[in-house]
Amino acid sequence: MATTTPQAQPDQDSNRQRPANSEEEHPNLHESDEEMFAQLDSTVFKRFYYYASPYKKAMLIATLAVIGFTFANLAIPLIVKIGIDSAIREGNSSLLAIIAITLIAVAGFYWITNFLQNVLITRVALRVLYDIRADMFLQLQRLALSFSDKTPIGALMARMFGDVGALQEMLESSIEIVGDILTLLGIIVILLVLDFQLAIVTLAIVPALFLIRIIWQPIARRAFLRMRRNSSIVGVYLDQNVSGIRVVQALNRQSENHGIMGGKIHTFFWSTVRASRLGGILMPTVELMTGAALALVLIVGGGRVLSGAIEVGTMVAFLLYVQRFFEPIRTLTMHYAVLQRAVASGHRIFELLDIPLGIEDKPDAQPIGEVAGTVEFKNVTFGYDPERPILRNISFKAEPGQTIALVGPTGSGKTSITALAHRFYDVQEGSITIDGHDIRDVTQESIGGVMGMVLQEPFLFSKTVLENVRYNTVGATREDVVSACKVIGAHDFVMQLENGYDTTLEQRGSNLSIGQRQLLSFARALVADPKILVLDEATANIDSYTERIIQVALKKLLAGRTALVIAHRLSTIRTADKIIVVKDGEIIESGTHTELIGQDGLYAQLWQTNYTSFDDISGNADKLIGAPASST
Amino acid sequence: MCLVGRGSKFSSEVNLTSSTATNPNESQTERQRRSVRARLTDSGPTGSTVLWRITRLTFDYRWHFLLSILFAAITAVMSLFIPKLLGNGVDQAFTLFNDGAHTRSEIETLLRTTALLVMAVAALRGTTGFAQMFLGETLSQRVSNHLRLLYFDKLQVLSFSFHDRVHTGQLMSRGLSDIEGVRMFVQSGLVQVVRVSVMIIAAGVFMASIDWQLALLSLGFVPFMVYRSARLRLQLRTTWRKIQDALGDLTTTMQENLAGIRVVRAFSAQKYEEAKFDVTAKEVVELRMDAARAYARGGGSISFAFLIAWAVVLWVGGEKVIDGQLTVGELTEFFLYLALLRFPVRMILMMVNSTARASSAGGRIFEILDIPSEIADSAVARPLKVSEGVVRFDDVSFSYGDAPALQGISFEARPDHTIGIVGAPGSGKSSITNLIPRFYDPTTGSVSIDGTDLKDATVLSVRQAIGLVEQDPFLFDGSIRDNIRYGDVNASDETVIVAAKIAQIHDFIAGLPEGYDTELGERGVGLSGGQRQRVAIARTLVTNSPILVLDDSTSSVDAGTDARIRSALKKMTEGQTTIIIAHRISSLLHADEILVLDNGRIAERGTHDELLAMGGHYNQLWELQRGHGSEVLD
Repeated sequence: MATTTPQAQPDQDSNRQRPANSEEEHPNLHESDEEMFAQLDSTVFKRFYYYASPYKKAMLIATLAVIGFTFANLAIPLIVKIGIDSAIREGNSSLLAIIAITLIAVAGFYWITNFLQNVLITRVALRVLYDIRADMFLQLQRLALSFSDKTPIGALMARMFGDVGALQEMLESSIEIVGDILTLLGIIVILLVLDFQLAIVTLAIVPALFLIRIIWQPIARRAFLRMRRNSSIVGVYLDQNVSGIRVVQALNRQSENHGIMGGKIHTFFWSTVRASRLGGILMPTVELMTGAALALVLIVGGGRVLSGAIEVGTMVAFLLYVQRFFEPIRTLTMHYAVLQRAVASGHRIFELLDIPLGIEDKPDAQPIGEVAGTVEFKNVTFGYDPERPILRNISFKAEPGQTIALVGPTGSGKTSITALAHRFYDVQEGSITIDGHDIRDVTQESIGGVMGMVLQEPFLFSKTVLENVRYNTVGATREDVVSACKVIGAHDFVMQLENGYDTTLEQRGSNLSIGQRQLLSFARALVADPKILVLDEATANIDSYTERIIQVALKKLLAGRTALVIAHRLSTIRTADKIIVVKDGEIIESGTHTELIGQDGLYAQLWQTNYTSFDDISGNADKLIGAPASST
Repeated sequence: MCLVGRGSKFSSEVNLTSSTATNPNESQTERQRRSVRARLTDSGPTGSTVLWRITRLTFDYRWHFLLSILFAAITAVMSLFIPKLLGNGVDQAFTLFNDGAHTRSEIETLLRTTALLVMAVAALRGTTGFAQMFLGETLSQRVSNHLRLLYFDKLQVLSFSFHDRVHTGQLMSRGLSDIEGVRMFVQSGLVQVVRVSVMIIAAGVFMASIDWQLALLSLGFVPFMVYRSARLRLQLRTTWRKIQDALGDLTTTMQENLAGIRVVRAFSAQKYEEAKFDVTAKEVVELRMDAARAYARGGGSISFAFLIAWAVVLWVGGEKVIDGQLTVGELTEFFLYLALLRFPVRMILMMVNSTARASSAGGRIFEILDIPSEIADSAVARPLKVSEGVVRFDDVSFSYGDAPALQGISFEARPDHTIGIVGAPGSGKSSITNLIPRFYDPTTGSVSIDGTDLKDATVLSVRQAIGLVEQDPFLFDGSIRDNIRYGDVNASDETVIVAAKIAQIHDFIAGLPEGYDTELGERGVGLSGGQRQRVAIARTLVTNSPILVLDDSTSSVDAGTDARIRSALKKMTEGQTTIIIAHRISSLLHADEILVLDNGRIAERGTHDELLAMGGHYNQLWELQRGHGSEVLD
């Protein structure tokens, strides 16, 4: 029989815990380093092009600037050659002056085009990256929660920052890549024009260089891969220890951790040594090739000068160009690595962008408009994994203004019911309606307008109290916030904070107690003033003083609203209009407190055994009602 | 072998930093604390100080550093030999050719010899260049890894008040991208600066040996380059600092958005969040554009100045050739030198960028490293010897900032005298918890264990003596077993199981398919709040500390399990001193003395019955909690 093992509880009562057993049903976004060095792939470039196309004009100008820049760059040795051959050797001073001034003019042109290409390409690159990042952000906002449940925040952050950063690196170095390629082509053309024979002999070196690179590439790739993996291991360890600092210090793990970190860093270091050895080995090779090319120019070119086939100036130009020729080859090798990394990152970015939303508004979806607040579940069946339903055949109806208490052991499916009401997920069978409108037929945004939600573990942003309380409620004034806090009973402690309502909360509101955070999240819901409220009552982790305030606040918050409450406190449960007892994904009992006590079911038994909370009792509950012992 | 040496060196340095930071003067500590806050919002150490400190870090590897500099210099000189050889070759060949007295084969032999020399020098340059690059990169890795470990160690010892205040995202972005910025500087700034300067100076010398006037003219751009790049560095540094801060904000925004995604959804706040994201993301774009513009302007003008040098050499040098003061070969050599100087000019721009980034990134790292440890061993600190385990608070007052958190607290906890503490939130319960393991020092009064003031004992020994279980415990990625024996890695499986049994979590763990090897964390199983608390209790029990502090450590555990944990603990902790902080009176009913805190003071104290008889706060609280119970009963 399906007993609830802890891994099969996707409705763990906290947004910090992530059910982790069902990765197979979602695109796996965990780091897969093997992808890092994916082959250059045309589809990724097509996607880049899509993002770049709005900036066609800027790119056109930038390309022109790059061409102009390369032209100027290449013209300079040529001007020197002409200077030497036509003016200096002929003793023509006035021509020399003209040529020198031309050189200055070309330098000016070089300056302008260089500035233009840099600024324009950076601008396009930054805009493109901004667009991509914004799209990723948007995508994350829209994706069904089933996605974020299963994907570690760290992995998403790595995509938003690490991968977008890799793209940035590529886009910015793309100026240089284009420039380098143009320079290479330009030099080849110039050499061929200057002296065909000498050029052919000199360029014969190039294929050898490419051959060496082809052999080198796969070996170096593995080394770089290992380096990256070790680097991320170091990062993850750092993250863990910053987050768990209190435990580290309380348990004196510093020296132990120092050793572990030292070991990880040591491994990382040796992988960098290996990678840099492999990366650098190409350098002597390229240098030797350059030397060989220069030597060839000297011998063959010198011979041709002697036989009068070419001028000395031509040979000087050759020497200048050959030196330059190998520079782009060297930087292209560097850029190739950047390019590969960017393509791999591109894959991962687009992979994220391509995940189907899961939950989308229908094309003809309308805002739900004003509602009275009737919520009805009709024969709802649902599972995070459709094969394994968590909820089966759930039906109930909440009339406007009614409070429905959902009770049951951990893992019974209460949280899933509340998540479905807000359409965090779509049901597999049955339907959920608000005032008769199927929630799949109206816009998601409008559901948020009529339905508020208070989470068990209240999440506060590191903003001011004011901003947290009026979160997203358009037009809420400071007075609204203050009066809501007064109603809820949060005003007094807020005023005791350093800057009252303008106090900036620390990470996750850690400068407040859990009870205080709970009160602020109540106030937030009150300011939003929804017709329907979904509330996950905090478990017993609130001290009795605050708890009393919360009890009072809760009454005020629920007044006049339809409420679905995952209830843990008997007082809340007792005053509910209807109690729904959920176990193993099914409604086993429902009715008022008095009715249920009379039924002598699970509720009555729990009641009699004097539990102050329904939470965390799955094991005992099973024993109590004589169900087969679960694995707990 | 080398690693062991290195490791111990790191740790000794860490101790050094913390002990030098010790200052017994209270107001000094206070001022430091305030200044830390001020600095974290402003900027840390700046500019040249930062670069100097980074440079000093490389001195730890001075042979490595010197060797890479040596190879850099050799490479630079080698690079310059090539034009020299080419120039001489061309020149000699044409002198011979022009005087007509030599046969063609003689001249060709000469060219061939030169060609061979050029190849040899190129090969040599390639090898030394490789050595320089390899050494430079490994040096940069050593330095950055050293810094990484220092940073890691520092974060581990920094006080809780620091970690409360600084967002994890900020610390991570410093630990990852800023340290990388420093590394880039060591690799492409520090070592290359030698190469670049040697190249420029050597080129100057070579050129001057041909024609000093022309040499001066052709190097005329260097002072401008130095001035312009210095100015650019300053501009970029400020911009980089802003970029790094903005990126930190963006990271924080993103992280919070993802962590709070349910709130975002529940309030349909996607648009709001997008707007928030947009503001920061656009700011990053603008700042980066600023940097790009400054860079393009500075880089452009330097390149322009460099090309002017070409024109001048062509013009003036050409005139000199026409006047017969210079040969064509010599002029060729000049141009080859100039062609070689393209490299240092390009490098200088990269260096400016990496230097600017390093001075802001390094500033952000050193800012953290420089924060004095508020809690550090005094010079006379000795390991604490626990004989009985008597914890004594003697008229303790304490404040986090200006607001007093505790006033005049005195109590004594002994193995046979369990202390229970209750009170409203903000009444000072957690402050007491924080003072016992010396996470903070009291402002006045003293906390002592077996008569030794905690300030006179080493921090390590104090924390070893105390087993603390907190309300919202953090569990690490890793197996359940590793989590439970986190405080004592050598704990046997039996010890782990015994502890888990006491914490009433063994049955649950044993029921998991992989038992104690089940992975926890982002990629593992999620535990409920109560389960986390129970694992944390087991984790603390494994350390077998003589003093046990339970800070609301069973608040999410149901009452029945709580009772079982308590009775199991009672058996096991015979002879241990126990301090229980709880909001649930039933958890501390059996304490020998209960302190009721109100506003940082002890409002009432006594046994449960005595306190009830007083009819004060405690009684009120009892009624309140019993209220729930009575609802059940009626």
